[in-house]
Amino acid sequence: MAKVTFKTDLCKGCSLCVGACPKGIVKLSETKLNAKGHHPAEVTDPEKCIGCAFCATMCPDCVITVER
Amino acid sequence: MSVVFEKPKSLTDAVLHYCPGCTHGIIHRLVAEVIDELGIEGKTIGVAPVGCAVMAYDYFTCDFVQAAHGRAPAVATGVKRSDPSKIVFTYQGDGDLAAIGTAETVHSAARRENITVIFVNNAIYGMTGGQMAPTTLPGQVTQTSPYGRDVETVGYPVKVCELLSNVDGAAYVERVAVNNVKNVKNAKKAIKKAFQNQIEGKGFSLIEVVSTCPTNWGMTPEKALEWVDEKMIPYYPLGVYKDIYAEEEAK
Repeated sequence: MAKVTFKTDLCKGCSLCVGACPKGIVKLSETKLNAKGHHPAEVTDPEKCIGCAFCATMCPDCVITVER
Repeated sequence: MSVVFEKPKSLTDAVLHYCPGCTHGIIHRLVAEVIDELGIEGKTIGVAPVGCAVMAYDYFTCDFVQAAHGRAPAVATGVKRSDPSKIVFTYQGDGDLAAIGTAETVHSAARRENITVIFVNNAIYGMTGGQMAPTTLPGQVTQTSPYGRDVETVGYPVKVCELLSNVDGAAYVERVAVNNVKNVKNAKKAIKKAFQNQIEGKGFSLIEVVSTCPTNWGMTPEKALEWVDEKMIPYYPLGVYKDIYAEEEAK
């Protein structure tokens, strides 16, 4: 079981994490806006996360913390 | 559960001013991770350039000097020579290192100054609004080359790694990219080796990081990463261009 947490207000919605996720479960939120006015990245299906940290590796803004 | 990935301690909590998807953030993080892993935060001095990374001193917890345009290797030379116990690195873009700072770069390499240079090449002047840089690809459209870079009138791009590989003084020269997870991990290895070389007193190390500028390239961040694969890497091939200690290490 892996856990990914996003510091949502730091996210700029660049979606580099979206392309990096091998499970395809990181998406930009369609309903939320953060303090900067971007649609922040979020995990749609936390159960499927394998904790590979690929999303965090590609994130330019250190938004993502991964626990495993 | 244990934390497998978090923000490195050598980065401050300041919010990066870079555009969404700018790979400067990734490269900042890699440098900070290497500083953390080598345990050199307290004795590291960075030299910031002029360009998008001019405010790097806000983002790293180590000491920083901000140099005049292109003069970061010269300032780093002074810092390192006045206190050789410090670890000194410069963080420069292509407008800084390959245009106005070419002389400083070549000569600090020729003198084999014991410093580490992180060279971020995104083939465009980012901070000033997307003008043609020395590293702009032939045919690439920028603000000042609206019909694409015409090599007949403005000449060919400067290939810094190829250039420095012919300078006898340069000890370690490698080109890496940060457009996918594998390349990011390789980039970190290269940056770590460049810092280790300095700690071991091996002399001038330069790591060129092929980077993106989604805003001025006029692309989405994801498309910009693909463009690096399709256009940048074929023109700027990745790999180790010079390692004067490779034979020794192989033995």
